[in-house]
Amino acid sequence: MLVKLISGDRPRSLILGLVLLAILVALAFAPFLFPGTRSVDTAARVCIFILLVASYDLMLGYGGIVSFAHTMFFGMGAYGVALASIHMGRGFDALLVGSVVGALAAAALALVIGLFSLRVRAIFFAMITLAVASAVAVLVSQLSGITGGEDGLSYKIPRALTSAAKYADEKVLGVRINGKLMNYYLVFFGSLILFLLLLRLVNSPFGRVLQAIRENDFRAEAIGYRVIYYRVTATCLSAVVAALAGSLFAIWLRYVGPDTTLSFEIMIDILLMVVIGGMGTMYGAVIGATLFVVAQNYLQNLLGAAEEALVDLPVLPLLLNPDRWLLWLGVLFVLSVYFFPTGIVGRLRRRG
Amino acid sequence: MANTVLETRDLTVRFGGHVAVNNVTCSFNAGELTAIVGPNGAGKTTYFNLISGQIPASGGTVHLNGRDITRDAVSVRTHLGIGRAFQLTNLFPNLSVLENVRLVIQAKLNKGFNLFSMADSHTDISLAAEAALKRVNLQDLAAQLVSELSHGNQRKLEVALLIALEPTVYMFDEPTAGMSVDEAPVVLDLIEELKDDKTRTVLLVEHKMDVIRTLADRIIVLHNGALAADGVPAEVMASDVVQEAYMGKALEDV
Ligand SMILES: Nc1ncnc2c1ncn2[C@@H]1O[C@H](COP(=O)(O)OP(=O)(O)OP(=O)(O)O)[C@@H](O)[C@H]1O
Ligand SMILES: [Mg+2]
Repeated sequence: MLVKLISGDRPRSLILGLVLLAILVALAFAPFLFPGTRSVDTAARVCIFILLVASYDLMLGYGGIVSFAHTMFFGMGAYGVALASIHMGRGFDALLVGSVVGALAAAALALVIGLFSLRVRAIFFAMITLAVASAVAVLVSQLSGITGGEDGLSYKIPRALTSAAKYADEKVLGVRINGKLMNYYLVFFGSLILFLLLLRLVNSPFGRVLQAIRENDFRAEAIGYRVIYYRVTATCLSAVVAALAGSLFAIWLRYVGPDTTLSFEIMIDILLMVVIGGMGTMYGAVIGATLFVVAQNYLQNLLGAAEEALVDLPVLPLLLNPDRWLLWLGVLFVLSVYFFPTGIVGRLRRRG
Repeated sequence: MANTVLETRDLTVRFGGHVAVNNVTCSFNAGELTAIVGPNGAGKTTYFNLISGQIPASGGTVHLNGRDITRDAVSVRTHLGIGRAFQLTNLFPNLSVLENVRLVIQAKLNKGFNLFSMADSHTDISLAAEAALKRVNLQDLAAQLVSELSHGNQRKLEVALLIALEPTVYMFDEPTAGMSVDEAPVVLDLIEELKDDKTRTVLLVEHKMDVIRTLADRIIVLHNGALAADGVPAEVMASDVVQEAYMGKALEDV
C-alpha cells in the first residue's frame, strides 16, 4: 500500500528514507510543531517549492529538457487565481476557475513552445523558453491595468481559509483551529497529492521512456518512440503542475506579483534546488527545496546572530553581514556541487 | 520477385559534393540473408541509415511491403517492421541491462504513453525482456547498469535489443566487431537461427569472409556508394572485379 503510494520508488538509502520521513512529519504537523506566523509561512513555502522543483525535475532530470520558463508557468497559475478572485469575487469557485484556467493556459503555451522548438534541438528550446519568459515578465509589468504591474495584485480569498474563520473555541496543542490552518493544510495536501502524482508519472512506462530519451534520444527514436511527442508531453505536464503550485502559492499569500512568482531569481533558485537535491530522483526536489527555503528564511537570522557575536573581530563581521546571505548560499552551492555532483540524493544512495 | 519485403529504388544521398550512396536499386526477400560488403567508407552504414530513416534521402525511395516509407519518421518505420542494430554501440548507458530491453518491448506494445501505471507492474514486458536477454546469455547481468558492462557484452545487448523487437527486416551492422572469439558465436548462432526460420529478412554488414560464407544466401557489394555486384556468394566472391578491387587481400586470407 505505502509502496504503491510512492509508486515503488523506494528511497534506497536508510538515511535518505529517514530524512524524507522527518521532512514529511515536520511539514504535516508544522503548525503544531513550529507555531508562529513566520515558521508556518516557511513550511507552506517549502511545500509549494517541493512541488515546483519536482515538476521541474520531471522535465530536466527525467526528460533532459532545459527550460527557463518554469517560473512563467508558476506565475500563470498564481495570476489565474488572483485575476479570478478579483473579477469573480472571493470564493472557492474563483479559486477553482483560476487554477484550472491557469493550468490550461500553461499547458497550451507549453504545447506551442514545445512543438515549435523541441523538434529542433534541446538548446534551442532552452533559448526560446528564456525569450518567451522574459517577454511575459515584461508584458506583466507593462499591462499594469490588468496585472497590477510591478506592484502586483492583492485580493480576497474565501473567509473559510483565513484566520477570521474559527472552527473551534478551544486551542488544540496551543494552536487556533482557524481558516489559516485550513489554508495551510490545503497547501500541504495539494502539494503532497501532486507530488505523489509526479512520482507515479516518473515510475510509469512514460517515465521510463523519458529516461531513455534523456540517455539517448537517437536510440529511443530508433526503437520506436516518437521523441518529440514524449518531450512535448513532459513539458506540458510539467507546466501544468508548476501552474498548480502557483495557484496554491497565490491562495496562501493572497498576493501575486512579479517578484514572488515570475522573477528570474526564482528560476535560478529552482535550478539550484534541483541540482543540490539531485536531478532525476524526485526526492532530490524534497531535500533541495527544504534546505533552500529554510536557508533563505533563516540564514539571514543566523548570520545576524553570528555577526553580533563576532562584532569585535576584524573582517569577519563584514563577511557575516546578513546582507551577504546570498554569497554564503553561493558558497554552499559550489561546495555541494563539488562534493555531491549527483546531488544529495545521489550521494546518499551511493553510500547506502 | 513475389516475396519482396524491402526494396530501395535509385536510393541516393549526397553530403555536399560527396555521393555516399549512389542510385542503389535493390530488393530483399523474406527468408533471405543478404550480406552487404565493401571497403571502409563504401557507404554500407549510410545505406542502412537511409533505410531506417536516420538520414533523409536526397533521391530515390524505400519501400517496405509495397509501402513507400521514404518520408516516414524513424520511429514510424520501426513500428512498420524495420529493425536495426548499430555498428557503434548505441544504448541507454545509465539504465539497467533489463530496462534497456524492456524499453524495446514496451515500444513494440505501444505502452509508452501509459502515464499512471507502475512500469514494473507490466510483468509481460519484463518476462519478454528476460527471455531476450537469455538468448544472448546476458540474463545474469540483467540488473547491472549498461555503462558497467564490458564492450563485448554491450555488443551482445545491442543485438538483444534487435532480437526483442522482432521486426520484419533485421539489419545488423558488423554485429561481432570488437567481440572476443568466445563471445562472437552467441551472436552468430542467433543470426543463423533467424536465417533458419526462413521467414525473416536479414541484412548483414560484415567484413569477415568466413562468417559471410557460412551465413549468406546472397552478397551485394557496395563501392563508392554504388551497387557493384549482386549474386550468390560463390559467384560474387569469385568474380574478378570483387577479388581485385574490393576485397583485396581479405579474400586471399580465407
Ligand atoms: N552524416 C554524414 N555527413 C557527411 N559525410 C558522411 C556522413 N555519413 C557518412 N558520410 C560519409 O559517407 C561515406 C560512407 O560512410 P559509411 O559510414 O556509410 O561507410 P561504411 O561502408 O559503413 O564504412 P565502414 O566499413 O568503415 O563502416 C564516408 O566517406 C563517410 O565519411
Ligand atoms: Mg559502417
